[in-house]
Amino acid sequence: MSLRTPLGRVRGLGSAKEGTAHWWAQRLTALALIPLVLWFVVSLIVMTGAGHGAVAEWLRNPVSAVLMLLLILAGFHHAQLGLQVVIEDYVHAEWLKFALVTAVKFAAVALGIGAAFSVLKIALGG
Amino acid sequence: MSNQDRPLSPHLQVYRPQITSVLSIAHRATGIVLAAGLLLLLWWLAAAASGPDAFETAQAAVGSFLGRLLLFGWTFALFYHLCNGIRHLFWDMGRGFELDTVSVTGWLAVGSAAVLTLLAWVLAYASMGALR
Repeated sequence: MSLRTPLGRVRGLGSAKEGTAHWWAQRLTALALIPLVLWFVVSLIVMTGAGHGAVAEWLRNPVSAVLMLLLILAGFHHAQLGLQVVIEDYVHAEWLKFALVTAVKFAAVALGIGAAFSVLKIALGG
Repeated sequence: MSNQDRPLSPHLQVYRPQITSVLSIAHRATGIVLAAGLLLLLWWLAAAASGPDAFETAQAAVGSFLGRLLLFGWTFALFYHLCNGIRHLFWDMGRGFELDTVSVTGWLAVGSAAVLTLLAWVLAYASMGALR
């Protein structure tokens, strides 16, 4: 039983002013992903069985390239936000939780930039 | 600090699976599956950027029986997460919380995902001329 006041216990733990930022970002990316994913699936259906040339031509179209970059940005962001919540829910050892969340965030940025670079390389005629 | 030995409740395994709880955990599971699917997307894009040879290798792997099996699973995971995600967005607006509505929209999400998955695959095979 601590004699400290509730206010004293939470002081220094940071403000709660950004408590909804994670939740809101998850929703915004979800909303953006609805049309982007549907467009991507339709594009894949059209290109099923097509060779490298058709896919490269598809990505050289500026509209396709920009939509693909948006899909990558929203997709990797949405995924890392979601995986973070899963880790925080099930992993209770503080060091492991920190390590896993950090790894997920680093991986999302690195792999997302890798995917975006691939799109740009084709789009800009590499 | 906290007492680690205190009794924990409730014990999930004594509950009969219900549409609400099963679809909830399925949303999370498909989310994890889709995060892994991003690795496939990255591989596919990187292979396309590397050139025709690397792309052929990636296409051959995806087009193999195992590849198509995985891709079929990913397609269903994608459409389920999409449909159930829209259900979540309606909940976020405070709509659809009545028990019968929750059940109906849950089955609707599963049904829509199944139909969209089959539709996508039929169209994909038709697109490459396999159904002629």
